[in-house]
Amino acid sequence: MNQRQALYEYLLRLGDNALILGQRLTEWIGHAPALEEELGSANVALDLIGQARGWLAYAGTVEGAGRDEDTLALQRDVLDFRNALLLEQPNGHYGDTIARQYLFDAFHYPLLEALRGCADQHIAAIAAKSYKEAGYHRRRSAEWMVRLGDGTAESHAKLQRSVDTLWPYTGELFTPDEVDRTLQSLGVAADLTAVYQTWDEDVARTLKTATLQRPQAGWMQSGGKQGRHSEQLGYILAQMQFLPRAYPDARW
Amino acid sequence: MHIQPGHTGGEPTRSAEALAELEQAFQEKIDAEIKIEPKDWMPEAYRQSLVRQISQHAHSEIVGMLPEGNWLTRAPSLRRKLILLAKVQDEAGHGLYLYSAAETLGASREALIEALHAGKAKYSSIFNYPTLTWADVGAIGWLVDGAALINQIPLCRCSYGPYARAMRRICKEESFHQRQGYEIMLVLCRGTAAQKRMAQDALERWWWPSLMMFGPPDAESSHTQQSMRWKIKRHTNDALRQKFVDQSVPQADYLGLTPPDPELKWNEQIGHYDFGAIDWGEFWRVLKGDGPCNRERIEARRRAYDEGRWVREAALAFGAKQARRAHGAE
Repeated sequence: MNQRQALYEYLLRLGDNALILGQRLTEWIGHAPALEEELGSANVALDLIGQARGWLAYAGTVEGAGRDEDTLALQRDVLDFRNALLLEQPNGHYGDTIARQYLFDAFHYPLLEALRGCADQHIAAIAAKSYKEAGYHRRRSAEWMVRLGDGTAESHAKLQRSVDTLWPYTGELFTPDEVDRTLQSLGVAADLTAVYQTWDEDVARTLKTATLQRPQAGWMQSGGKQGRHSEQLGYILAQMQFLPRAYPDARW
Repeated sequence: MHIQPGHTGGEPTRSAEALAELEQAFQEKIDAEIKIEPKDWMPEAYRQSLVRQISQHAHSEIVGMLPEGNWLTRAPSLRRKLILLAKVQDEAGHGLYLYSAAETLGASREALIEALHAGKAKYSSIFNYPTLTWADVGAIGWLVDGAALINQIPLCRCSYGPYARAMRRICKEESFHQRQGYEIMLVLCRGTAAQKRMAQDALERWWWPSLMMFGPPDAESSHTQQSMRWKIKRHTNDALRQKFVDQSVPQADYLGLTPPDPELKWNEQIGHYDFGAIDWGEFWRVLKGDGPCNRERIEARRRAYDEGRWVREAALAFGAKQARRAHGAE
């Protein structure tokens, strides 16, 4: 794998994570548990989809095949998406959505924080803008973890189950592969061991405050980063890509 | 409805003479264009009329999120998705300011929402029509938000202060919504034959329901006269409707689209467009619950509220625990 290929792959991971989670959040709009949560979910989705545009536009430039952010978002099939499996998991109930969000935010924030110092100026610039947003996302989702975990017996039981169900999807976030190694040696990719340490401390603190049990270490799902997805992603793409695929010669 | 103490609704009975004096002073303030504020005395009927109108407006914002939200997951580009998301988010924000304005009159948000879910409160019937293609997102922005703006601009001068101030903020955002809707239509009409067909079809489906948004003809409008005397309302339904037609026909011409009304014609003598008869039978039928999406819309809102109950309860329980902990720590 050459450097350009690795960079393209890395940018797709950053962009697809933000895009797929943003897309999932838009499914909540009009159906959230309170008006304030309609606003909050929409804010997070706006930030993430905005970030995805930045990453994917740059990925298109790096690829050099004339594909822009929309072509990449709306014309690739499942095999070419590089988001982590965690982000394509269904919204479920609000506790599932919050647990998915928090487990990601606690990773996303230190990742972007590290990327501010990236040797690639363009990545550093997008990260500098996005990490502030990710910090707000992490604060919001951590607060909800605590509210639901330490709320009622019902909310506690529900959220514990959400955390247990989603936990096996957290492993791949921190498992480096050739893309990470190639770019890390060039000072471009973040050090996933350091990101994991921050995540681990944050999660331990939040779970404790939320009176939740940390799931036992065990087998972890993996594959999203390399394009091996769960069954969920196909349905997301079927909706998200419908118009450009049904009207290939149209501009919108 | 829950009435908080301190509001006029909870005041002791006054003598008929005292009441007449208060009412006269109230009307003089209105006539002098002095805003009525939450703590001011107001006739009970004025308060009720405002609660009805403001809460209907709030419900319309919230129910109105559904037809457009229907296209959030399918917007045709990332830029369009962000614009639509920001717009639907604005509607949630408008709902929030309007429920707050209604709360200044002693009505709780929860009670108002429960009245909506029980089918006791109304919302704008336009949202009982489906969004079938992407062009409907454009048509809603152009026509529905356009009609809403014409209805709402005079409300910025409404006699009740909190409502007037909420409306000023809302109108600024609505004007942006209308422009983005028209821009979607413009791109479709300059696009492929399939896109233009979508745009024409959307105009045909949204035209008449948009004209109905101004409410029944003046002769049949039960609230108009009193609302005008109290300066809650400034123009009649028919006058606003005419303004909308006069504004929208040239816009449709520019798009190269044809409104579905063979009687639409410029009338040189009166300086307005003549238009065909509105099917008021459809208006009343949809208003009473028999429209294409009435059941789905209310069901979607009720489900969100019911399924979110445990979340709201958890937040309240956690807040109470925090308060107890803070108290215990003192």
